[in-house]
Amino acid sequence: MPSINDILILLPEVYLVVAACVLLLLDAYLKPGQKGAVHWLSILVMLIGAYLVVSGQPATPVTAFSGMFVRDGVAEVLKLFSLLITAVIFVYARPYLKERAIPFGEFYTLTIFATVGIMFLVSAGSLVTVYLGLELLTLSSYALVALNRDSPLSSEAAIKYFVLGALASGMLLYGMSMVYGATHSLDLHTIHAAIVGTEWKTLLLFGLVFMIVGIGFKLGAAPFHMWIPDVYQGSPTAVTVFIGSAQKLAAFGMAYRLLSTGMGDAAGGATGLAPQWQLMLAVLAVLSLAIGNLVAIVQTNLKRLLAYSTISHMGYLLLGLVNAGPEGYSASMFYAVSYALTSAAAFGMILVLSRSGFECEEIDDLRGLNQRSPWFAFLMLLVMFSLAGVPPLFGFFGKLLVLKAAVDAGMLWLALVGAVFAIIGLYYYLRVVKVMYFDQPAEGTDVRATADAPARWVLSINALALLVLGFTWAPLLAWCQRAFAS
Amino acid sequence: MSLSLSILLTIALAPLVGSILAGLFGKVIGRAGAHTATLLGVAIACGLSFYVLYQLVWGGAQNFNQDIYTWFQVGQYHASVGFMVDRLTAMMMVVVTFVSLLVHLYTIGYMADDPGYQRFFSYISLFTFSMLMLVMSNNFMQLFFGWEAVGLVSYLLIGFWYKRPTAIFANLKAFLVNRVGDFGFLLGISAILYFMGTLDYQTAFDHAPELVGKTLQITQNHAWDAATVIGILLFIGAMGKSAQVPLHVWLPDSMEGPTPISALIHAATMVTAGIFMVARMSPLFELTDAALSFILVIGSTTALFTGLIGIVQNDIKRVIAYSTLSQLGYMTVALGVSAYSGAVFHLMTHAFFKALLFLGAGSVIIGMHHEQDMRYMGGLRKYMPVTWITMWIGSLALAGTPFFSGFYSKDAIIEAVGESHRWGAGYAYFCVLAGVFVTSLYSFRLLYMTFHGKERFTVAHGHAHHGAHASHDDAHGDTHKEDVHHEPGILEHAPHESPWVVTVPLVLLAIPSILIGFFTVGPMLFGDWFGKAIHVNEANNVLGELAHEFHGALNMAFHGFTAAPFWLAFAGFAVATYVYLFNPSVADKAKSALKPVYELLNHKYWIDELYFAVFAKGGVKLGEGLSKVGDAAIIDGAIVNGSASLVQRIASGTRRLQSGFLFHYAFAMILGLILLLGGYWLIGQ
Repeated sequence: MPSINDILILLPEVYLVVAACVLLLLDAYLKPGQKGAVHWLSILVMLIGAYLVVSGQPATPVTAFSGMFVRDGVAEVLKLFSLLITAVIFVYARPYLKERAIPFGEFYTLTIFATVGIMFLVSAGSLVTVYLGLELLTLSSYALVALNRDSPLSSEAAIKYFVLGALASGMLLYGMSMVYGATHSLDLHTIHAAIVGTEWKTLLLFGLVFMIVGIGFKLGAAPFHMWIPDVYQGSPTAVTVFIGSAQKLAAFGMAYRLLSTGMGDAAGGATGLAPQWQLMLAVLAVLSLAIGNLVAIVQTNLKRLLAYSTISHMGYLLLGLVNAGPEGYSASMFYAVSYALTSAAAFGMILVLSRSGFECEEIDDLRGLNQRSPWFAFLMLLVMFSLAGVPPLFGFFGKLLVLKAAVDAGMLWLALVGAVFAIIGLYYYLRVVKVMYFDQPAEGTDVRATADAPARWVLSINALALLVLGFTWAPLLAWCQRAFAS
Repeated sequence: MSLSLSILLTIALAPLVGSILAGLFGKVIGRAGAHTATLLGVAIACGLSFYVLYQLVWGGAQNFNQDIYTWFQVGQYHASVGFMVDRLTAMMMVVVTFVSLLVHLYTIGYMADDPGYQRFFSYISLFTFSMLMLVMSNNFMQLFFGWEAVGLVSYLLIGFWYKRPTAIFANLKAFLVNRVGDFGFLLGISAILYFMGTLDYQTAFDHAPELVGKTLQITQNHAWDAATVIGILLFIGAMGKSAQVPLHVWLPDSMEGPTPISALIHAATMVTAGIFMVARMSPLFELTDAALSFILVIGSTTALFTGLIGIVQNDIKRVIAYSTLSQLGYMTVALGVSAYSGAVFHLMTHAFFKALLFLGAGSVIIGMHHEQDMRYMGGLRKYMPVTWITMWIGSLALAGTPFFSGFYSKDAIIEAVGESHRWGAGYAYFCVLAGVFVTSLYSFRLLYMTFHGKERFTVAHGHAHHGAHASHDDAHGDTHKEDVHHEPGILEHAPHESPWVVTVPLVLLAIPSILIGFFTVGPMLFGDWFGKAIHVNEANNVLGELAHEFHGALNMAFHGFTAAPFWLAFAGFAVATYVYLFNPSVADKAKSALKPVYELLNHKYWIDELYFAVFAKGGVKLGEGLSKVGDAAIIDGAIVNGSASLVQRIASGTRRLQSGFLFHYAFAMILGLILLLGGYWLIGQ
């Protein structure tokens, strides 16, 4: 029987759902001039949520609702950063939404619901929770992508996202059903034990492949990446930044729960299906690295460039997962956090530089930024260097750790592929820097940071954090390692 | 009792502090500040070096050998900074700092108007520091550091007047030729590390006997003796630094640098680093007769054949430069017959009298307003008496006149070669004996052409010159010198004696040039003065043989009057006197009669031309070839641009997959699924 204790374990999630509902009501009754209040309240809601996550964190992992929901270190790190990054995104989004008259209320409540989806997903203890969390997250996201109803690009992106997402969900569900059929359980730990105990693995393997398609879709790993460029480009940028940053943490959490907890990992000799999914992830990693880095080179649209960059980054994240041990998971989680932060800053830059009637979307729009806004050119430089993995920025250490994890897993070739594509990737990141610093601004354009002060301040802090964390990354890594130690 | 570490550190670091002050803060402290700071630094080093020598020789101090600082550690290897100070080191320290001190003093006068005054002082103090680090080192790593550092300073100073194309050519040449030697040296050091596992002197020397019988496998059935390989490689380093044939070509050109530098670096100290190094490594060289024979042949060739070139030179500095080459050859010969103490002894006496000759030449150049060509000199003795007398003293010492310091060192070397039975000793004996005649001939030729005979210059304006104008120098070099060369032999002012800062060093160097040999020959050469610093196998101990016949310095000098070298030197003196003092036309007749020989010597055996045609031009051709084919075509064209365009093509191809059609996207996902499933199905089969 569910007890009050179960509810307390779910307190942050429960709180957020209630808060989102209150915000929705509030928004409906506020006069048009007062809608700004929703913005500040939403940020407050996120920060309180983050506080609840950390303050209520149990010393050892606990489960609620008969193991359906897990609250452990992994969930804590992922939830905390999801909430914080979403709060940052709210700050970035305000001027953008305001100038384009995109409804505030829907944006904030949908994003909060999606965040709740993330939180359930990363805390999942059973296949059902995974699926529920995922659906809550993706359904909210579909609506968010279509938020700019008048833009055909936005609608097209939403339709593509929805259809492909439905396909992926279907495959995931199909895979889950086969795993259930083979193990007679929905609980991930029970499934794990059953897999280790059984000799007959054909059906399980079949289910695994379908589940990996679902995971690959959520991550945006090739060849399940096709939606990413179109959705990134078509969505309102305020939504893109959410899909491109916080959701990657969810995708990592989902992969970890399903594969490591459910299908078996390499630690402790109880391998389960680990060798099989390690190899599949390795294939996905190589494809993602290749497609992401190569196609990014020919992009002219900044949002599409970042989309392909995401695909390649998911390749790197997979390198850590391929390790299938605590060291690899912590490297991957570290990578996911570093990528989410960097990506938030990258899209935040687009938001800050855009204004009414001018979308700073093309790479050429950044030409001569250094002459107009040298400070923001410098911040963009930090972001690009961090994405490219140039030391001493945050992104470098993430790459270093996942490459090391791949080497430790005995897949030196994979690490080499990763290193080679990191070099190729350098090209398009540096091209952005080159355009900002060495090209003359085009006639008649006037790119400069016009967003309100909070957005500019938070963006500065966000980008500088990449530099600071490049020097003080050790505590974060230690935290990630602690999360997987138990 | 032992030496104090703080004193040794002060000796090494005082010149460095002076150098930094003059170099980095030259503008702040000004000219006087720069020379005061560097002079003070070197004076401290010099005083303390004398004190260290005193302690070691008379104070009963133990030899010092200690690591001071660990630079880094890789595996079993520690790279450390440390000092090994025994009598050999102490003697070198005294020679280096003493000559350096006098050169500092001299420079105040010589460089008075040069815009690079502070820079110059900074360089020579830096040189003193580097040279001290080289001689005081207790390991090969630090030795190499000092070795390269003195090379660097030498490079900087040869090209001190960096606006002169000839100076830049000369310093580049010195740098490149030294690179050849240094490469051998580095290989030698690597070989020591390879065979012995250490770069520490004492450990290496202690384990030197274990080297016997070890070989370096070159091919399947061909092996080289390890000790010989190490010996020859190390000596190749010495050949570069000490300008031995065929790596001697840089030294004459180095005379493009200011004269104080020629005295300090390219005569007295740096070029003797190779000699010092071989003497220091005597426990290693004693293991290999083959390497010593190699050294002997190279040294004797250098001693005779570079001396011959000196006879036909007209530039006063170049004559002394070739003389330096020849004397370095003598030192090398002494090394080759295992007379290491003889080599070091000659190194010391040579440092004094050769520095004296160079500084004297510098004084003449100042007096002649930057005329260096002896054909436009003559009769200078009445204008510059101090320079004249001290130059005579230096030349007499160089020629090996009994009682002068050069006599003791050179005579001992010649006799040691005569005693030796090493392969090549016969050839060497001929070379060093013939060399005595040659040395004497060019030395007195220089004196006569410069100070005696008719004045071969005219004074344009004829008014007497005053001391205040004393130090017109190369500062205006660029313009001034051209004026002079505009009409050779015509001076704007009459020649004049140099100021006291120039003449005092001359006098101070003249004293040891006369006396130092007389007082030190007994203990240094035939006694056990160097102790364990120099190791000679009993079978090779030629100096030990000679010691039986040694009955005091006075006796040796008197005996010298009856020996062959003295008469050969006298013959050289007589020929020079007849030809250049009494009957100058003979020189021209001889020149035309012996035209092929003259041409051979005047072109320095065409070695420069050969190197230029083969190595320089060949290098440029090779570089061009590599640049065109290797770099432009293969690396840039195929690899860099090729891979870039390949990536570009793949990218544009892949991009087309992103068609925008929903069913294409869904199809791709299904394909991915089939790929993963099919992969397992295949593996399952």
